[in-house]
Amino acid sequence: MAWLPVVIKACYFLAALLFILGLKHMSSPRSARGGIVWAGFGMLVAVVATFALPDMHHLGLILAAVLIGVAAAWWSGRRVAMTAMPQMVALYNGMGGGAAAAIGAAELAGYAGNAITLLDGGQFTASGAASPGTAQLALAVLGALIGSVSFSGSLIAFAKLQGWLDKRFTFPGQRVVNLLVLAAAVVLGAMIAGGQLSMPLIAAFFVLALLFGLMMTLPIGGADMPVVISLYNAFTGLAVAFEGFVLQNEAMIIAGTVVGAAGTLLTQLMAKAMNRSIGNVLFGSFGAAGGAAGQAIGGSQKPIEASDAAVMMAYAERVVIVPGYGMAVAQAQHKVWEFAKLLIERGVKVRFAIHPVAGRMPGHMNVLLAEAGVPYDLIADMDDINPEFPNTDVVLVIGANDVVNPLAKTDPSSPIYGMPILDVAAARQVIVIKRGKGTGFAGIENALFYADNARMLYGDGQAAAGQLVAELKALDG
Amino acid sequence: MIDGFLALYIFMLAAFTGYEIIARVPVILHTPLMSGSNFIHGIVLVGAMIALGHAQTPFELAIGFLGVLLGAGNAAGGYVVTERMLEMFKASKPAAGKEPR
Repeated sequence: MAWLPVVIKACYFLAALLFILGLKHMSSPRSARGGIVWAGFGMLVAVVATFALPDMHHLGLILAAVLIGVAAAWWSGRRVAMTAMPQMVALYNGMGGGAAAAIGAAELAGYAGNAITLLDGGQFTASGAASPGTAQLALAVLGALIGSVSFSGSLIAFAKLQGWLDKRFTFPGQRVVNLLVLAAAVVLGAMIAGGQLSMPLIAAFFVLALLFGLMMTLPIGGADMPVVISLYNAFTGLAVAFEGFVLQNEAMIIAGTVVGAAGTLLTQLMAKAMNRSIGNVLFGSFGAAGGAAGQAIGGSQKPIEASDAAVMMAYAERVVIVPGYGMAVAQAQHKVWEFAKLLIERGVKVRFAIHPVAGRMPGHMNVLLAEAGVPYDLIADMDDINPEFPNTDVVLVIGANDVVNPLAKTDPSSPIYGMPILDVAAARQVIVIKRGKGTGFAGIENALFYADNARMLYGDGQAAAGQLVAELKALDG
Repeated sequence: MIDGFLALYIFMLAAFTGYEIIARVPVILHTPLMSGSNFIHGIVLVGAMIALGHAQTPFELAIGFLGVLLGAGNAAGGYVVTERMLEMFKASKPAAGKEPR
């Protein structure tokens, strides 16, 4: 059976190739769907090949675990709503981090077991000259540390986006405590990598690593979660790569490293879109200072009726619709698109303007609009649409808040100061569909709502959009 | 066996590959792409299978089983979610020309 290892290696090679090609194809809308299918095929090949590895035991147990895991995730992934995608990605990502940590734990426990038997036989030397090399131990520890942080951190991110954990958890000296926890985990990890392979030490190391993931994520506000999820995605990739070195598995090394690098870049792009550095997101405890200071906003919010709003847009020349996550939560995207289509039939030039961080992740809003059937050519990026707002008759803001808040440009004390925004206040009229008078996801007052050219259409997003559609139809008799 | 420097070379080249692929991606695909890369690190399943396959003690069995469970969840969940998102992108392209209504 000398050919079997070669075939298995070839399978892993094929998997790595398909992953890279798949990711490449995913970078263009036209070929994106093919990309995920290719990558999926690569995964299948790699998993099947792994069953054929020599020296594998407990095959039944492995098969059972694979089937249970696949079935549960497949079922949950099929039925989750598009709006809940970000937290599902967080959840699945946490699972990957947990798996990487589990590999590290199993390997370290294996080494520890062997070291102890060696010690009983009087062979083991304290210098750590046992079978695993120091590099291998260090990588196992590092992968386990990163994987554990990604695991517990992603679960917190999931809980926050799911609405299970509303409050930001902060206390004085939090940063110092977090740093101490991390330092303690690193010290224990270094001791393990140095050859002190005792089970209590390993257990303490994992507890600290998991704890750090929790504590690092708890103080971060919901608005920053996309950046955090993306960062943990990159973390998991790195953890997988490190454990791949330990297991001498090339497919894991390559796939993990590619994801680690791609995820890091993606995290930077997202943070840049929100005008926040990654360090600021992680350690700045966003919004903690917000609300305390800040400019006083003059004026009042001026309401408008759906009938007036519909007429205003029906006789406008150019209308820009700015959708936010609130629209998706209200499941209003289909109604909004129906409304937009009616406007287009009347000869109104309608475009959708999307802020880079609209929704919960960059591109999330595009996915939601695509779901409703809005064609690409009507969707504009922030950079393209901002110069056009002065020539726009009516802007319809639905479910968006912070991304259209002029305070980001005018109030240096605002937590979102400096974040690029959609400059909707420059349009002749702004209509804001909003549930009530409260502040947005980030808890910041919005000066736009008090502007002279802004009118508030209060109500649930879907109901309000439905009213607009009805009023528009009534106009035509 | 992969020796130290060979491993470093693989690491370096793979890192550049990942960076380069993402660098040219339009913003509209960032969410599916994050999801897609999330699926790809589901390859951790293979490692978890190896860990479970080599487990000797009950503890290693338990932790290996958990690892395979989580890894399988990562891979399958990542695939389904990504595929669902990208399917809509595919559908919306012809829809743009087909149903102006």
